[in-house]
Amino acid sequence: MRLFLLVASVALFAACAAQGAAAKTLRMAYDSDPTSLDPHEQLSGATLQTSHLLFDPLIRFRQDLSIEPRLAKSFETIDERTTRFRLREGVKFQSGRTLSAEDVVWTFNRLKQSPDFKALFEPFSEARAVDGLTVDLVTKGPYPLVLNLATYIFPMDRAFYSGVDERGRPKAAIVKHGASFASTHASGTGPFIVTEREQGMRLKLKRFAEYWDKDSPGNVDEIVFTPIKEPATRVAALLAGDVDFIAPVPPTDLARLKQASCCTLITMPSTRVLTFELNQERVPAFKDPRVRLAMVYAVNSEGIAGKIMRGLATAAGQLSPPGYAGHDPALVPRYDLAKAKALMKEAGYESGFSVTMMAPNNRYIEDARVAEAVAAMLAKINIRVDLQTMPKAQYWQRFDERAAGIMMIGWQSDTQDSANFYEFLVMTPDKDKGYGQYNAGNYSNPEIDRLTLQTQSMTDRGARAEVLRKIERLLYDDAALLPLHWQHLSWAARNNVKIGAIVNVIDMPYLGDLVIE
Amino acid sequence: MLAILIVAFAVRASLGDPLREIMGEAVPEAERAELRHKLGLDAPWPVQLARYLGGAVRGDLGTSTIYKRPTLEIILAKFPASFELVLGASLIVLLLAVPAGIYCAVRPRALGARLILSLSVLGISIPVFLTGIFLITIFSVWLGWLPAFGRGETVRLGPWETGLLTRDGLAHLILPALTLSSIMLPLFIRLVRGAMLDELGHDYVRTALAKGASPLRVWLLHALRNALLPLAAVGGLQVGTLIAYTLLTETVFQWSGMGFLFLEAVTRADIPLITTYLVFVGLLFVVTNTLVDIVSLMLDPRVDLEGTR
Repeated sequence: MRLFLLVASVALFAACAAQGAAAKTLRMAYDSDPTSLDPHEQLSGATLQTSHLLFDPLIRFRQDLSIEPRLAKSFETIDERTTRFRLREGVKFQSGRTLSAEDVVWTFNRLKQSPDFKALFEPFSEARAVDGLTVDLVTKGPYPLVLNLATYIFPMDRAFYSGVDERGRPKAAIVKHGASFASTHASGTGPFIVTEREQGMRLKLKRFAEYWDKDSPGNVDEIVFTPIKEPATRVAALLAGDVDFIAPVPPTDLARLKQASCCTLITMPSTRVLTFELNQERVPAFKDPRVRLAMVYAVNSEGIAGKIMRGLATAAGQLSPPGYAGHDPALVPRYDLAKAKALMKEAGYESGFSVTMMAPNNRYIEDARVAEAVAAMLAKINIRVDLQTMPKAQYWQRFDERAAGIMMIGWQSDTQDSANFYEFLVMTPDKDKGYGQYNAGNYSNPEIDRLTLQTQSMTDRGARAEVLRKIERLLYDDAALLPLHWQHLSWAARNNVKIGAIVNVIDMPYLGDLVIE
Repeated sequence: MLAILIVAFAVRASLGDPLREIMGEAVPEAERAELRHKLGLDAPWPVQLARYLGGAVRGDLGTSTIYKRPTLEIILAKFPASFELVLGASLIVLLLAVPAGIYCAVRPRALGARLILSLSVLGISIPVFLTGIFLITIFSVWLGWLPAFGRGETVRLGPWETGLLTRDGLAHLILPALTLSSIMLPLFIRLVRGAMLDELGHDYVRTALAKGASPLRVWLLHALRNALLPLAAVGGLQVGTLIAYTLLTETVFQWSGMGFLFLEAVTRADIPLITTYLVFVGLLFVVTNTLVDIVSLMLDPRVDLEGTR
C-alpha cells in the first residue's frame, strides 16, 4: 500500500512537472498595445513588435545590427538595381498554406499601397517572382538600403487576405479608420497565433505548432499580453509576480529594480536621438552659427543624461548613434560654459535675448524635465527661455506650425541608417519631396542637401559611410541643432525569463526565441 | 446635453490631431491631409457638429479612431467595469463611514473618535494616485495578498461583463475600490458625524433616552434615520465626483473602465470617443441626480409620493 502511494505520488508529481514543462506562459506588460493586427496599417513600434510575433520578415536585424536570414534563407545582389531573395522551403502560414514567392510579391504590392509605408518603399519599382521560391526586389536606381527595408517585408498569406469579408468589403483593404478584416484577423508565418484580443486590455497568443523555425530555442507556449499604462503599476505588477516581463521601465524605478533579487533589468542605448531644433525664421539670432554653437556649449548633456535620465540615456554630440554608418566617435558632446559666453559676446549677444521653447510632456522619457533643464542652462548665457510643455496630442500640431523658437524632437531612423536623420531633420524643407518634414529649425545648407541626396544612390558601403560621416561633421561644426542624448531602452523580467538573448536596440523583442526556465 | 456637445465640438481643434496617432511619424504630410479630408476632420466645427447630430439621429455617434469601433458600443462595453468599481467604493464608504460617523458623534471625546477624524484628514489630503500606489506596494508587492492590476477573471451575463461573481474578480476589486473610496470616506464620516450630532441634540433623543430606551436603539432607529436624509442628498451628488475620480483610480490599476478609456482617448486625441464620453457622462449625471431626488423623497416621511394624506 505504501509502495502504491509512493508510486502514485511520484507519478502525480511527474505529471505535474510534465505539465509545467509543457505549458510555459509568458505574462507580459507593455506601455501600449497595437491598434491593429494589420502589419501595414500603421508604421509604429507597436505594429512592428506585433508583426514579429504573428509574421516573420524576410530578414531581420541581430542584436549587433547585422542581418539574420529569416524567411529568406539567402540573398544576393544580381545587378545594381536587383537583389534576389531565396525563400525557405515548406514554410507554413497559420492558415495551413505554404509560403511561396507570390505571397512575397503580393505583400510588397500591398506595402506600396499603404499610406504609412509607401514612402519607405518609394525607391523600389517592383517585386518579381522568379520561380516559386525566388523573389527579386527591383529598385528604381541604385539603392544602398535594400536589405534594411527587406526587414519590413513580413509576407502575408495572399489567399487568406483575398476575397471579401462577410460585409462585402475586400479583405486586403488597409483601413486607417474603422474596422477592417486585416486589422482583426491575421495569418502569417510567425511563431504565435492570436487566440483572444480585447484592444487596450488583453492580447492572448499561443504558439503556432507548425512554426518553421525548429531550431529556435523558444519554449513559450502562450503569451498573455496586457498593456499597463501607468509606469509605477507596471513595475509593481512585476515585483508582485503578476507579470513576468515589462517594458519600458521608468527612470525613477531603475535603482529599485536593480536591487530586486526577483528580477533582471536590462537597458541599452536605442537609436532614438533627442534633440532641439533652433528656428532661424522665428529667431534671427539663430541665423548666426556662433549663437547656435554657444548654445551647444552651454548645454551640459552629460549632466542631463546622468541626473535627469538617471543613466537611461547616452549624451550625444551628433545624430547618428554608434553602430550607424554616419556615426563619428570623434564628435563628442561639447560643454564649456566659458566658451559659450565668449561666443555669445563675439556674436554681439552678450546681454542675450528671449526665446520661446516647446516640448511634449508624455512623448519621450522625462521630456518635460529635460526641457526645463535645458532652459535653465541656456539662462546662464542670458538666453531667457519661455518654456511651454504639453501632451503629445497637442504638441504635434504646434510642431507642425513651427510654433516656438526652440522645439524638441526625438527621432529614430526607420531605415536604421543615418541618411534618414538628415532627410527628415536637417535637409531644407521641401513639401513636394517630403524632405525636412521635421526640420522645425528651417535650417538650410545646400551642401548638406547635396551630400544627403548623393548617399541615396551610393551602393559602395565604405564610400557612402564616408559621405555620411562628412555630413555629420558639417552639422557638428555648424551647430545645426542641439543634440542631447540617445534614449535608452529598458526591460525587466523575472529571473527565470531569459530576456537577455531576445531584446535589441531596435526595440523588437523576438519573443519567438524567448526561453523561460 | 446640447450645451455639452457644442462645447465639445468647439474645443475640438485644441484637443490635438488624431491623425498623429493613427499614422506613423514619418508619413508625408500629403498622405495625412488626404486622410484628414476623408475623415471630415478638415471641416469647420459647426459643420462637424451638424454631421455628428445627423449621425446621432440614426444612432451613429461616430467611430473611435484608436479602437475602430462605434464609440457608443465601446463605452457601453466599459460601463460595467466602472459601475462595479463605483459600487464597490460606495459599499466601502457606506460600511465604514456610517459606523465610524456614529461612533464619532456619540463619543466625540474618545481617543478612537479623534484618531478616526485625524486619519480621515490624512485620507483627504493624499492624492488618489498616491493612495493607489501605496496600496499596491503594501498589499501586492510586500504582502503579496492582492493582485496589482486589472479586473481578473470576469463572467459574461449577456452584455454585462461582471467581475463580482468570481473570487478572482472580487480580489481584483478590493484595492481599486478602497482607493476610490478613500476620497469619499473622510467627507462622509464628517457628514454622518455632523448630522448625527445635530440629531442627538434634539429633544426627542433626550426624551427617548430619559424614558429608558436602549441608547443603541435610539441612535440607530431614531437619530440615524433622520440623519440619513441630508446624507442621501449630498451622497447622490457625490456620485458624480466619484465618476470623475474613477479616471485616476482606473489608470493606476489598469482597470478597464470608462475613466481609463477616456484618459486614453484624451492622450491619443481620439476626438469621437471623447465627445461620446462627455455626452454619456452628462446623461449619467442627469440620471443619478433624478434618482437621488426620488430616493430622498422616499426617505422623507413628510413627503407622500402617492399623494394620500
